[in-house]
Amino acid sequence: MKILVCISKTPDTTAKIAFTDNNTKFNEAGVQFIINPYDEWYALVRALELKETIGADVHLITVGGADCDPIIRKALALGGDEAFRVNADSADSYYIASQIAAHAKDKQYDIIFTGKETIDYNGSGIGGMVAELLELPYVSIAAKFELNGTVATVNREIEGGEEICEVSLPVVVSCQKGMAEARIPNMRGIMAARTKPLAVVEPIAADTLTGIVSFELPPAKAGVKLISPDNVEELVKLLHEEAKVI
Amino acid sequence: MSILIFADQAQGKIKKASFEAVQYGAKIAAQLGTTATALVLGPVDAAELAALGQYGAQNVLHAADARLHEVESTVYTKIIAEAAAQEDAKVIIFSHNFDGKAVAPRVAARLKAGLVAGAISYPDTSNGFVVKKSVFSGKAFANINITSDKKVIALLPNSFPLTPGTASATVTNFTPAISDADFKVKVVKVETVSGDIPLTEAEIIVSGGRGLKGPENWGILEDLAKALGAATASSRPVADAGWRPHHEHVGQTGLTVRPNLYVAIGISGAIQHLAGVNGSKVIVVINKDPEAPFFKAADYGIVGDAFEVVPKLTEAVKKYKLTQA
Ligand SMILES: Cc1cc2nc3c(=O)[nH]c(=O)nc-3n(C[C@H](O)[C@H](O)[C@H](O)COP(=O)(O)OP(=O)(O)OC[C@H]3O[C@@H](n4cnc5c(N)ncnc54)[C@H](O)[C@@H]3O)c2cc1C
Ligand SMILES: Nc1ncnc2c1ncn2[C@@H]1O[C@H](COP(=O)(O)O)[C@@H](O)[C@H]1O
Repeated sequence: MKILVCISKTPDTTAKIAFTDNNTKFNEAGVQFIINPYDEWYALVRALELKETIGADVHLITVGGADCDPIIRKALALGGDEAFRVNADSADSYYIASQIAAHAKDKQYDIIFTGKETIDYNGSGIGGMVAELLELPYVSIAAKFELNGTVATVNREIEGGEEICEVSLPVVVSCQKGMAEARIPNMRGIMAARTKPLAVVEPIAADTLTGIVSFELPPAKAGVKLISPDNVEELVKLLHEEAKVI
Repeated sequence: MSILIFADQAQGKIKKASFEAVQYGAKIAAQLGTTATALVLGPVDAAELAALGQYGAQNVLHAADARLHEVESTVYTKIIAEAAAQEDAKVIIFSHNFDGKAVAPRVAARLKAGLVAGAISYPDTSNGFVVKKSVFSGKAFANINITSDKKVIALLPNSFPLTPGTASATVTNFTPAISDADFKVKVVKVETVSGDIPLTEAEIIVSGGRGLKGPENWGILEDLAKALGAATASSRPVADAGWRPHHEHVGQTGLTVRPNLYVAIGISGAIQHLAGVNGSKVIVVINKDPEAPFFKAADYGIVGDAFEVVPKLTEAVKKYKLTQA
């Protein structure tokens, strides 16, 4: 069994969101970067669980600059076997997906896991694109993944419920809560990660189909309007007349 | 050239988010001086199909094939690409809901079209084709220029209110070239929570946190939700403790919701919770602690004990509804 886990680097959930260069760049000053939570907690950990229960080679891939190395080392410390970093910087999903697909093309992965979305650009697009480029089946936003031989049973989230699907490997799956329980790396893992292979590969030529022109922050909230608990009628009136939501 | 809108259905009903996508696509078509065609896959009532005209679609392509009842991303992609070629569609619109997330990226890759997922504005074509989208879990927006010839936009649900007109659409049967072998993912079972409004489509949500102390106290919250015609949600610890089902939990690890009104009762307002709700248009917070961080993100607030305030609020809402009836 060979599993590829797509790992991206994102600002920590609690990071202050600000922009520089005339609102064209995310301000990284003082920001701590982490493995995108969905990639770490669900995609990677589910891959590691499969490795432990049925045996698997877990490969990691990230498309990004050298600043991604600490992230990918942490993923190795958690239990990944081998890592690949495609040395390119782009926020365009098609470009990133093209790099991942080019890497995976001749590697015969049985499963490719991604997170459900990155918490910075919130695209939830890479998984589907990789699947299309490799002509593989795709199950989006999965909350459960069980294997029975070469057939996977996957729970896919839909509006107000779940679909339980069956699909033969190989498959691409994007992962969310429910897939696995988050873990923390231990000392042995961290030591072992130092000697695990991290190959830096050059990108293939691929098109970029979108570009970020600028960022904006939402208009500041006017501040909360407090209403006395003895005057709830006032709240109803405000919601109707001022906010116009009821 | 035309605009193609994928209008997804569930159990034979077109989703509200799809009507929004159709209305959005039709406006873009008008903006670009072309026509809007909606594509519906799977068995759907004729009346539902014609209703798409009310939201601006001139044409509806309908593939009634029963095998298309549920989304299969490979097959759907093939069909949408075929329809896009037939209609010479340069812009393809999806809703950024669960089905949109399953299919839009595949279609984008197949057509080599730039994708903006989670769009909240009409394209600005004064300098390129720039669409605004929500980023950093609702904490900021990015203006994205799509530079490819073909473009895919997935509209964030509840971004534009529906304003139905009276037109009806011309419905044409569409018979895509697909075979059984194209269906790679088989749906063996669908588990939906019956009766409830799906949280992601709800216009009003009443949500409870640990401040409600236990599942036995959810009655007061449900009464308020009922009076408002709202769906119910919860914070994560509430779901983790098993007080409420997991599909109700909102936040970074749960659902992202964008209702017109979000009422948070006994929820502290941790950043991971806010990440799932800060796109809401109006936020009301009821918390007994005036220092609760949620008040900073709120539009209206009541500092008070939920067990006293919520039943009173429910009565006030009922009274108001009677005056409106
Ligand atoms: C990685 C990570 C991911 C997370 N993801 C999520 C997520 O997706 N969603 C989520 O919700 N949380 C998430 N959390 C948890 C989050 O950090 C908070 O712990 C959680 O949101 C707190 O839930 P709460 O507000 O219900 O409970 P508490 O923080 O315990 O707050 C209870 C509130 O109720 C108030 N209260 C008490 N009694 C009353 C009363 N009688 N009347 C009125 N008010 C009262 C209190 O003043 C308090 O503000 C995540 C945490 C981490 C670390
Ligand atoms: N630069 C990247 N390198 C590797 N994988 C990525 C990258 N960006 C996104 N992904 C993967 O694709 C998933 C969805 O990302 P997105 O489509 O950008 O929301 C993420 O959860 C990751 O698993």
